[in-house]
Amino acid sequence: MKYLDEFNDPVLAKSLFDEIRRITTQKWSIMEVCGGQTHAIIRNGIDQLLPDDVELIHGPGCPVCVTPLGVIDKALDIASRPDVIFCSFGDMLRVPGSSRDLFIVKSDGGDVRVVYSPLDAVNLAEQNPDKQVVFFAIGFETTAPANAMAVHMAKERGLDNFSVLVSHVLVPPAIEAIVGSPDNRVDGFLAAGHVCSIMGTWQYGPLVEKYNVPIVVTGFEPLDVLEGIRRVVAQLENGEAQLDNAYARVVSDQGNVPAQKMVEEVFEVCDRNWRGIGQIGVSGWRLAPAYRSFDAEYRFDVVDLDAPESELCRAGEVLQGRIKPNECEAFGNECTPRTPLGATMVSSEGACAAYYQYRRLTGTPVGI
Amino acid sequence: MCLAVPGQIVDVRDERGIRMATIDFDGISKDICLAYLPDIEVGDYAIVHVGFAISKIDEASALETLQMFRDLGILEEELDVTGGVS
Repeated sequence: MKYLDEFNDPVLAKSLFDEIRRITTQKWSIMEVCGGQTHAIIRNGIDQLLPDDVELIHGPGCPVCVTPLGVIDKALDIASRPDVIFCSFGDMLRVPGSSRDLFIVKSDGGDVRVVYSPLDAVNLAEQNPDKQVVFFAIGFETTAPANAMAVHMAKERGLDNFSVLVSHVLVPPAIEAIVGSPDNRVDGFLAAGHVCSIMGTWQYGPLVEKYNVPIVVTGFEPLDVLEGIRRVVAQLENGEAQLDNAYARVVSDQGNVPAQKMVEEVFEVCDRNWRGIGQIGVSGWRLAPAYRSFDAEYRFDVVDLDAPESELCRAGEVLQGRIKPNECEAFGNECTPRTPLGATMVSSEGACAAYYQYRRLTGTPVGI
Repeated sequence: MCLAVPGQIVDVRDERGIRMATIDFDGISKDICLAYLPDIEVGDYAIVHVGFAISKIDEASALETLQMFRDLGILEEELDVTGGVS
């Protein structure tokens, strides 16, 4: 077991693997919907150390990866304008748009800046009253409270040169789109701990009941992921479907209520297009009417900009668990982290990038 | 993208009506916002995502997680010395 020594507690890791092997009597497919979990699974070889009957499917858990091409093109359009300071989290800069990325815009003279926090962008707007400062507000529920606070603060400070390009997505509707699909083959889910640290666990109960599917909330550290898998397999083998929290040191049932209140004030639920997957109903947040004047799509008149996806890139099938990354013909050939065709090869949390980094260059078809 | 790094609150202050703090991530200092953890105090540990404390955490768990980031050599990356949120 070449990977076992890399767990911070190899003895506990071995006992968890042994227990999963002991209780597994049939084939189960478990999906994680968290890029951090995907990365840990591939880095630590968790998928290879599990019994053959337990298959892990890497779901759409990386918000960088599911931001649609059309939104990337909107970002590129806005960032190219001479009066704009375009601020983004760093991992969006290499995500390819239709013809270029934010790095190229920057090297062509665009003022593109990487910020640690959306509040940094608000401060930049205050310091640069003659510029339009735009923040690229992407992310799951974990990031939304920070982005909401940035918009709220800009309004409080009366900053009319600050706006946000919003592409927020929500985890529970994505899980429902997968588990409710006629060709679903996922038996149980790992839910993302940090998403739940904001939203709590209560949103997942109705999915467990409606689809009779176990959902276990867990963290992104290898032992957390492993314990989450153990709990899902145990439920499946017992014929149970329950919502379980394996990450109670961070996640409470009710979540972070002040953060939820700020999100509710600034954002409203909307339909959202997921890159590689398509439209999912009520699966995102956009600015609520009271904050619409901070919407960069309207301010820069790019609402209708759209773009078709690459025909070569099969990221959509990867994100839905239909193929493993190394089954895509472009993987490691036309598509590498240096020359990514799709976002799953860009973000360190994308399944393709994780497979590439940890040298999973060949694989067996999952046979859907 | 949704990872969060634990750190210890070093000082707390009010900046234009918003509760802010200096936090120590295993030797790296950052200014963060405490608006979503109104009851947290100096000396406590919290996990922090894109400049916001989002959940209180006990010291032992915090130190264990920080050690994992150190072992993987990604603490600076997670704290955006390179600019990522992932």
